[in-house]
Amino acid sequence: MQSFDYEAPQGISEVIQLLAGKNGGARILAGGTDLLVQLREGRRNARLVIDVKNIPELTQITFDPKNGLRIGAATSCSQICSDPNVSEHFPGLVDAIHLIGGVQIQNRASVGGNLCNASPAADAIPALIVHEAVCHITGLNGTRTLPVEEFCVAPGKNALESGEFLTSISIPTTKERFGAGYLRFIPRNEMDIAVVGAGASVVLDSDRKRFVSARIALGAVAPTPLLASDAGAFLAGKAVTRENVKEAARMAQAVAKPITDLRGTAEHRKHLCAVLVERALDKAIERAGGHYAE
Amino acid sequence: MQSKTHVTATINSEEVEFLCEPRQSLLEVLRETLGLMGAKEGCNNGNCGACSVILDGRLVNSCLVLAVEIQGRNLTTIEGIATPEGLHPLQQKFIEHAALQCGYCTPGFIVASKALLDQNPEPSEHEVRAWLAGNLCRCTGYDRIVKAVLDAADTPL
Repeated sequence: MQSFDYEAPQGISEVIQLLAGKNGGARILAGGTDLLVQLREGRRNARLVIDVKNIPELTQITFDPKNGLRIGAATSCSQICSDPNVSEHFPGLVDAIHLIGGVQIQNRASVGGNLCNASPAADAIPALIVHEAVCHITGLNGTRTLPVEEFCVAPGKNALESGEFLTSISIPTTKERFGAGYLRFIPRNEMDIAVVGAGASVVLDSDRKRFVSARIALGAVAPTPLLASDAGAFLAGKAVTRENVKEAARMAQAVAKPITDLRGTAEHRKHLCAVLVERALDKAIERAGGHYAE
Repeated sequence: MQSKTHVTATINSEEVEFLCEPRQSLLEVLRETLGLMGAKEGCNNGNCGACSVILDGRLVNSCLVLAVEIQGRNLTTIEGIATPEGLHPLQQKFIEHAALQCGYCTPGFIVASKALLDQNPEPSEHEVRAWLAGNLCRCTGYDRIVKAVLDAADTPL
């Protein structure tokens, strides 16, 4: 592997200084499951690797019913999935995060890393999008926030400016009668990269027969994870019927622009979009306590 | 030449010191500096699990950990699984069930299985299979491995 220096600072301000000092030559290390492979294969370069796992804010999960959930960017997948507040209030997020690699990867890989790596097929990202998650970014010029759906800008490229890094991801408290789900298609049972991934969330009205709002997001069908805003907006105010759900799934399918590669053909991916969005909506409706009209 | 970093860690219950470059993986240092050759390099990218070790109670791939990251931490490798009194039940059951052929993946499977039984002493067959998804074996077809782990779980330590 290429040579680099290593620092493991205790605080965010030190990271900012280290990043600024290397003028783009520094890389943030969380779990290393993408970064170390990329450095080894020469797909990314680093003169300095900054391990952020000793910084409390980056490895903590906090939840309160008013402000919602905040996940430190370097928090491991297994830490997130075993957090009682996450599993109770955000099972749709666990659906996705639990799918990232096997146990060894789960114990190291972070959701912040999944975002920063900006893979079109990242499992966590569509699930974060349907939960209206927000990225918290810090740099020399202070802090800023960005909706998750705007964080990835191209395959392997994110919206971070030079000298900035991702500190945490926050998710607002879920409304009453909210439900979400994520699922993906892979040709084996475990340890694979999504051919297509689909996330959905819904808020239902007081008798759980109509959608108040919905969000639908897709992975692996475009250069970045995709928010299918029209498909979600279509469901607002509509009755919870199979016909409406199928129409939303068709609308989501229409915005997908998949390519053919070793994991699947564009045609197969298009087909999967409609199937998976419908099933993700089924899961979201079920978790929101809703049911289809006869 | 990159300057070397001094690292102190507890490896298989013994305090160990070593020098390494920041770029060196834990796997590389285990095998080439510390002479602990049990963890194997298969893919070197986190897919095969042959280099599995237990770091502060958590199963990880040592190819995806920098050696400098283990400063002050507690590591168990395959060399720390048996005791002077004898093999660990998992090792014994792998032999009894012939749960290996070429043996290259075996240290990773034993370490991964130990991490499972440490936190879930009575796993179901499904739990064993799901847990071991990050370990690849090209010889056995996995059945004998799963049976060995389930049998070891039934064996008192």
